[in-house]
Amino acid sequence: MRFLRPLALAVAALALTAGGAFAQAKDRIKVGFVYVGPVGDFGWSYQHDQGRKAIEAALGDKVETTYVESVPEGPDAERVIRQMASSGHDLIFTTSFGYMDQTVKVAKMFPDVKFEHATGYKREPNLATYSSRFYEGRHVIGLIAGRMTTSNVIGYIASYPIPEVVQGINAAYLAAKSVNPAVQFKIIYAYTWFDPAKEADAANALIEQGADIIMQHTDSTAPVTIAEEKGVLAFGQASDMTRFGPNVHLTSIVDDWDPYYVARAQAVLDGTWTSGDVWGGINTGMVKFAPLSTRIPEDVRKLAEDAIAAISAGSLHPFTGPLNRQDGTPWLAPGEIADDATLLGLNFYVEGIEGEVPK
Amino acid sequence: MDLLALNPVALFATLILAATPLVLAALGELVVEKAGVLNLGVEGMMILGAITGFAAAVETGSPALGMAAGAAGGMALALLFGVMTQVLLSNQVATGLALTLFGLGLAALIGQPYTGIKPPPMPVLAVPGLSDLPVIGSMAFGYDPVVYLSFALIAAVWLFLGRTRPGLILRAIGENHDAAHALGYRVVAVRLAAIAFGGALAGLGGAYLSLVRVPQWTEGMTAGAGWIALAIVVFSGWRPWRVLLGAYVFGGVTILQLNFQALGLPVGAAWLSMTPYLVTILVLVAISADRTRTAIRAPASLGRPFAAMN
Repeated sequence: MRFLRPLALAVAALALTAGGAFAQAKDRIKVGFVYVGPVGDFGWSYQHDQGRKAIEAALGDKVETTYVESVPEGPDAERVIRQMASSGHDLIFTTSFGYMDQTVKVAKMFPDVKFEHATGYKREPNLATYSSRFYEGRHVIGLIAGRMTTSNVIGYIASYPIPEVVQGINAAYLAAKSVNPAVQFKIIYAYTWFDPAKEADAANALIEQGADIIMQHTDSTAPVTIAEEKGVLAFGQASDMTRFGPNVHLTSIVDDWDPYYVARAQAVLDGTWTSGDVWGGINTGMVKFAPLSTRIPEDVRKLAEDAIAAISAGSLHPFTGPLNRQDGTPWLAPGEIADDATLLGLNFYVEGIEGEVPK
Repeated sequence: MDLLALNPVALFATLILAATPLVLAALGELVVEKAGVLNLGVEGMMILGAITGFAAAVETGSPALGMAAGAAGGMALALLFGVMTQVLLSNQVATGLALTLFGLGLAALIGQPYTGIKPPPMPVLAVPGLSDLPVIGSMAFGYDPVVYLSFALIAAVWLFLGRTRPGLILRAIGENHDAAHALGYRVVAVRLAAIAFGGALAGLGGAYLSLVRVPQWTEGMTAGAGWIALAIVVFSGWRPWRVLLGAYVFGGVTILQLNFQALGLPVGAAWLSMTPYLVTILVLVAISADRTRTAIRAPASLGRPFAAMN
């Protein structure tokens, strides 16, 4: 593969000299996607692939889409992204946090290709970032969990100790605590986004430690399946996972990327694409919910629906003071709302959560 | 917050679940490598076994038939590898890697209608009287038959390789295929048989994942288990009983670090996760540092192509 690099540089140089000619409306574009799991994970990558299909449905023969699935995060991703950039793609979506530095590197090599990196924070003139305010969804499932647990132990399967995941844990905990002061979170970091067997083991370990509700921030449907088998309640992740636990699945936070993806592809077609950062929540429709299970009592359902409405209207923010950090030092003053910059770098638990954020 | 909060019986049960697929896949690969063939396609054979086993179990309602179909699926893919490397003399490393990619893709294709379906539950093998004993009863008995099969297979392979004439022939072929050929042994036929056996066990391990451990079908669900099985073979120094040890160490570390986290013990999960690999590297270094021991352990013809001269 060593010959690829000079080739890529030559292509980049060529593209540079061709310059501004590309920054115009196009008749037909090619859009590429890089996924961290298989499109059949029925979670995170599946949901991004739904977005890819939405682009095809909306733009028809003006667009051609391709994807590469199960691409490991880290250095090897660069090869895949570069390959895409050098094979005529106009717009490339890299859909996992761990592709960040690789996307930046390739974006610098190919200034005329547009890049979109999900859940990251590094931008370039031709590299935009986008993400969902998953923590808003976590607030809602935290409320439901706090009210529905009987053992007062919630099991949480986390992936990696990154801000997006830590936000989710804090938001779910604060919400659960607000309706059930006795609630306790047991957290396992699986150090993977997708490994059904390991996620199943983690779910088993949490249930063994007394958890009667399982939350997950990993992408496979295995934890919901184990919950169904063991008869404990569960929330799905990224996609509607009802059919994997028909009796125990309460709801899932559903990531809806379709409108954003279609709009961005359209912008490249029109020649109006610009870099930037979008962080959409419940109000923009990026964060949605699977139908709430009939097992949720009427008053809890009302609580959840009110919270959804309040967050959407902007009258409720999951991180509103007074809040202390885990070590007891003040974080937010009464009434103060966490700003986005702080949330995007969040690396500590709030007061009350046991255990440490792994370094 | 202390170790007493860990229920040893439950911990042992999850350990068995985690280690059994590794035992099966690694034991199969050990026999293949003892015959002098390096098949890097374990991951591909496992995942194909996972879906053929799952599909058969769902269609027939019988988990036993599912296990058999898983073994058959793995064996079919292994024979493809066998024909290519032994008859058509393709490169073993490249063919093995291709086998993994092919297996992952084929399994995803076959598996499309099977997502979100619940497989028939595997029956538990209960021994009347013994299973009711406190602690020991539930720790030693009360697992599915495949767990006991994995132990039996370890013993059988150990006996076969070390105590029987066909086992000796297989090892001779793995050590020096030219000499074995000169003595009149059918190198290609024996290797094909070993490859088929290895594929069947990898497929069985895969079926165990999709029918018992998770239990569901998800694309890419082996998530590297096949590669761990390959590492275990090296870890074991090509000895059946050490495969058992290796699989339980590799599986046990995963289970322990997850449980330690659930308990809130401040143990570096990343450190624990890398331990088995560090040990494997150390074993490799130890093996290669001592040339005479290398000759004893790694089959000398491992990965080398064989073509009869006349």
